[in-house]
Amino acid sequence: MTGISKQSLIKIILSNAPIILLFISVLNEFDLNYLDSKYFSFNFVYILIFYCSLKKNINLGYGLIFLAGIINDVVTNIPIGLSSLGYLLICVSAAYLRTITLRPSLLKDWIYFLFTILAVNSFIYTLSTLIFSLSIEYFDLLINIFFTFLLYLIFYYLFETYEKKIIGISNV
Amino acid sequence: MNTDRDDFIIAIRSAFLQKGAQQTFSLLVLMLFSLILLILGSFNFKGIDYIKIGVKEVVYRSSFIVSVPENFFKKTYVVTNDHFIFYNEYKKIKSELEVLKSKNLIKKFIILENYRLKSIIDDYLIISDEIIAKILIDKQSPFSRSIIVNKGTKHNIKLGMTVLEGQYLVGKVIEVNFLTSRVLLLSDLNSKIPVSIEPQGIQSILSGTGKDDAIIQYFKKNNIIEDDAVVYTSGSGGIFKAGIPIGKIKNLNEEKRVSLFSDFTQLSFVKILSYEKARIKAAAEAKLKAEKKAKIKAEEARIKAEEAIKVEKARIKAEEAIKVEKARIKAEEAIKAEKARIKAEEDIRLKTEEEKIFKELNLKYGSKCRKKIFNKLYKVGTPEYRACVLNKGIKIN
Repeated sequence: MTGISKQSLIKIILSNAPIILLFISVLNEFDLNYLDSKYFSFNFVYILIFYCSLKKNINLGYGLIFLAGIINDVVTNIPIGLSSLGYLLICVSAAYLRTITLRPSLLKDWIYFLFTILAVNSFIYTLSTLIFSLSIEYFDLLINIFFTFLLYLIFYYLFETYEKKIIGISNV
Repeated sequence: MNTDRDDFIIAIRSAFLQKGAQQTFSLLVLMLFSLILLILGSFNFKGIDYIKIGVKEVVYRSSFIVSVPENFFKKTYVVTNDHFIFYNEYKKIKSELEVLKSKNLIKKFIILENYRLKSIIDDYLIISDEIIAKILIDKQSPFSRSIIVNKGTKHNIKLGMTVLEGQYLVGKVIEVNFLTSRVLLLSDLNSKIPVSIEPQGIQSILSGTGKDDAIIQYFKKNNIIEDDAVVYTSGSGGIFKAGIPIGKIKNLNEEKRVSLFSDFTQLSFVKILSYEKARIKAAAEAKLKAEKKAKIKAEEARIKAEEAIKVEKARIKAEEAIKVEKARIKAEEAIKAEKARIKAEEDIRLKTEEEKIFKELNLKYGSKCRKKIFNKLYKVGTPEYRACVLNKGIKIN
């Protein structure tokens, strides 16, 4: 049998965990972006894409991010291409930050992330309301941005741990 | 200033166009593609709809599979939550049951006390037999409020019997046929029943209104009847047993209307009761006797059942023993048959060998044994001849 051994399968799964996580996030019925609570929601995909685009070690692939956006559009029933554009804009922003940064700092990344999601959400909000006449609750969007911004720190540490433990081993 | 602008442009260009080592597409291309999709989508381009339909087909199925673990956890959470809810409810019900049990004990005590007191004053207790009847016709007319039930004289229905729905009074039997009876409902204009209004204990007459309720007639004006006071049969006149719930006082104006507990438009089955008066002691004795009898019967049945079980066990044991014996005999027979077969085979083998020897010896010594004209030996084929040959020509005496 030329099948993949159990250990190497686990290794593949772990090294591709961000991609799996990305697709689970967009495919799952349980959307953190649309929680039942009026005062709590956050966009996990934004955090994941921004973090992964910022780091050189984790590669999600722009094509896959685009595809995830398309899937998200279909699942959430919004104009096709809107989420993809948003995700790709985050990628652009993160890639720009990566290019200009010599000494990475969490605080700078964090503040920059806030600007990024504000800009991207504003862009999407403008497109949705002006072109597609979609009604989006401005307050909900702000709550979402606020918590996405706050939770970035927690996920940053989680992803960093993953990067050290898994990608570190994986690259050896 | 120019250097800063150049740096910015270089960084932006790098971000947009640099594919990186592992990237297949550049960001700019994908963003343009997204924009094209959006623009086409805004113009309701048919191709976009087809893409959407295609993606939907895949995504919905994938979404279902991806959501399996989440649904599992959701289900587990719901089940666990239900468990806690049930547990809390169970605790609540348990405590309520304890309260009810204690209340029941008090009730039992009151009943016993009531019996005792009745026996002192030599009053009688009412015993009833129940007959369940089905409503055949309940067509209400403006003049008569009655129902037809499927039990008649064949089922021991008699005139004046009480009709109940559950514990609530419905009316009484006013006409009996062989297989059917007519029941006059409480709401009929002709229905007049002596009642007691509790908790004041006011005695009065309940009269039907011809509609779905009844009114209280003949009571003193200085009697204050409270709102929601419950109306029971008083037992006066001996038609009904005392204490059958009828309804509640609905409004307290000049006309005391009674909202009946039983909804006559929804009747499907009723209980028909016949009350017989019996002295309390006699009744108690009869009850005790019946209980004893029932106990003895139950004991007899238990003993009989035990005996039947024993007999059955013995039968099964005997059957098993017979089976074992049969099996043993069969096995013995089989062994005998086997032995016989072996013996027969052995005989055949010996005979064959003897025949072979005889044939060989016959060639050699046949002439010494064969009967001829001049000797008195043995005729060929006779046992003597055979013996002679086998004896190698030596004559047998």
